[in-house]
Amino acid sequence: MKTIVTEIVQEKLEQFLNQDVYIHIETTNGAYASHHNAKAYNAGVFMRNATIRYEQAKITGDESSYRIGLKTTNGWVYAEGIRQYEIDNQDRLLLAGHDQEGRLMVALQISATPFSN
Amino acid sequence: MESHVVVIYPHPDDEAFGAAGTITHFREQGVPVTYLCGTLGEMGRNMGNPTFANRETLPSIRKQELIQACEVLDVDLRMLGYRDKTLEFESREKIAEHLLTYLQDLQPSLVITHYPAYAVHPDHNAFGAAAIDAINRMEHEKRPKVWAQAFSRTHLEDLGEPDVSIDVTPYFETKFKTISAHRSQAAGVLGSIDPDTGDLADIIKEKLTTEQFYTWNFIE
Repeated sequence: MKTIVTEIVQEKLEQFLNQDVYIHIETTNGAYASHHNAKAYNAGVFMRNATIRYEQAKITGDESSYRIGLKTTNGWVYAEGIRQYEIDNQDRLLLAGHDQEGRLMVALQISATPFSN
Repeated sequence: MESHVVVIYPHPDDEAFGAAGTITHFREQGVPVTYLCGTLGEMGRNMGNPTFANRETLPSIRKQELIQACEVLDVDLRMLGYRDKTLEFESREKIAEHLLTYLQDLQPSLVITHYPAYAVHPDHNAFGAAAIDAINRMEHEKRPKVWAQAFSRTHLEDLGEPDVSIDVTPYFETKFKTISAHRSQAAGVLGSIDPDTGDLADIIKEKLTTEQFYTWNFIE
């Protein structure tokens, strides 16, 4: 994945406007958070292949942490902590943020076709 | 001597960190070993360091790493096709039936799996429980021995000392090569060991030079 270039991401977000798209959204602190640190506890969520349609999309923030907001007809999709992007060979927009050790902390991915199960 | 060992873990790299030395110990005796690997670790958060994988490329990368690790270990690999993080939400009965088809075919004398409720990751606990359910369904005289691996914070307190302790120092190089084959995972997993909880040399010694198991007691 590459360091965020807001213009590229903004343009790609807008390519998916007003059409049914598939979303993968996720955040996690790992399955071993409480195992490695008794004071921590595991927290995470993921949703894969939710279908949404959004009418407005924006990337904000700076290189320390970008935020993405997608305004849908009756709600929002939001992700914070995005630092990297990739437009892959299936023309999907992959957005993610990783910690110092390269571990994924947050992901938001948008595709016109379903993500593999 | 064992006639066939079957290892049942959910993730590519569970075999490397958990049992690579024990597997090598058996392979050096000429014992066939089959690894039933539940998932491809699709939801792993380690993406390499520096990152070279993403959520969508990770499954195929980890699949290749797993194949390579199994070549290092010289074991027969079967990939069972479940999805990472979801095993505890699948029907345990169905997973047990699925595992049973392999066990009936392979007829192992020993099965290595995770100790349900004492193996930290929900996938470990669920897959270990399904493995034990599967073996419970076998006729008494056809049942393999089970070595169950526990490493939760409370396992020693609740279960006592493991009765099986394999010194894997002689197989350290193979174990290290097996871990290294999981390139996307190795640095992150080793890097997450908290050096504040003890001397790093002691941690590595404890983590990588002995592999311990509890012989499962099947209650009739």
